[in-house]
Amino acid sequence: MKNDVLWAMGLTFFTTAIFSVGGISAMIPEIHRQAVEVQHWMGDDQFASAFALSQVAPGPNILLMTMLGWRVAGWPGLAVATLATILPTSTIALMAGRGEKRLAHARWYMMTKRSLPPLVVGLICASALVTAQASIHHWLGVVLAAGVAIHVALARTNPLLPLSVAVAVGVVAARFGYF
Amino acid sequence: MTRIELFTGFLLVGMFGFGGIAAAAHHVIVERRKWLSNSEYASVLGLGQVLPGANLVNMSAIIGDRFHGFWGAVLALTGLTCMPIIILVGLATVYDEYSSYPDVIAATNAAAAGAAGLIFGTGFKLGKTILDSRSAIIFAALSFTSIGLLRLPLVLTLIVLAPIAVAVSFWRGAREK
Repeated sequence: MKNDVLWAMGLTFFTTAIFSVGGISAMIPEIHRQAVEVQHWMGDDQFASAFALSQVAPGPNILLMTMLGWRVAGWPGLAVATLATILPTSTIALMAGRGEKRLAHARWYMMTKRSLPPLVVGLICASALVTAQASIHHWLGVVLAAGVAIHVALARTNPLLPLSVAVAVGVVAARFGYF
Repeated sequence: MTRIELFTGFLLVGMFGFGGIAAAAHHVIVERRKWLSNSEYASVLGLGQVLPGANLVNMSAIIGDRFHGFWGAVLALTGLTCMPIIILVGLATVYDEYSSYPDVIAATNAAAAGAAGLIFGTGFKLGKTILDSRSAIIFAALSFTSIGLLRLPLVLTLIVLAPIAVAVSFWRGAREK
């Protein structure tokens, strides 16, 4: 039973990672779809708390997969989820890095470089929508999300600052019964 | 640069990465350790962004490999990920211990909402610079609709949309000449 979950998770994260143009934030909807809707590893609230923890911790955002793996199958799950996410893409990166000089002049590379970013913008906005739907259940959540979004869009500072403010506001508001 | 310096450098990147690891990476790689110049960094970052996967994971593999070959890449990746994973598991363990406390529940809900906002803000910022033509806006809208609204699989969406997007830029490129 547990091995089945490990295999399914490894395969899911492996495949998703290979198709994750635009980085990990662009693949959140697919990970959410697989974890909650297709494979039923967890519910929306568990996904939301795993997502929140992985965002608060420092490090690359593959940590979402690490956290999901740990939640679903403990340490083996953590290892499988992390490696399945990192290994295929870093192998591709390593090879691309070695061929960078040749790659930079290839016409298809230039074209791909120019044509994928708009798709990525759409994917990231979709990620924002999916995570918002999974994690916002209260009007104050909408206000906090909007506040952080506006700050990130306008300012260039470390996003940990608006996030901490949001957490502080949330805790205080809950003390007064508003959250 | 020795192998140990490579490892500790990426260890620093991972630990400084609270709330934005991209800034931490630039700080350590370019400013503190001076492994790459600004423009070398930009070109590695650009490559890391075009390739699938997390930008920083890709960058670490490329930089590690450039200085110390395959094992350099392994060291860089291990250095980058080990501290964040330990901190993450620590956080999750503490969270589980106190997850029934009202303050902790409120803090988690607020952090999750804020993190969703963070992604919205990032999307907006990217969109402002990238969506500069009508076709760019159309492609962004298509991928958003497919993934965000229709909840179609990512692989299917990209297999259909990516070749069309590349074909359109080929066609436009040919017309410009």
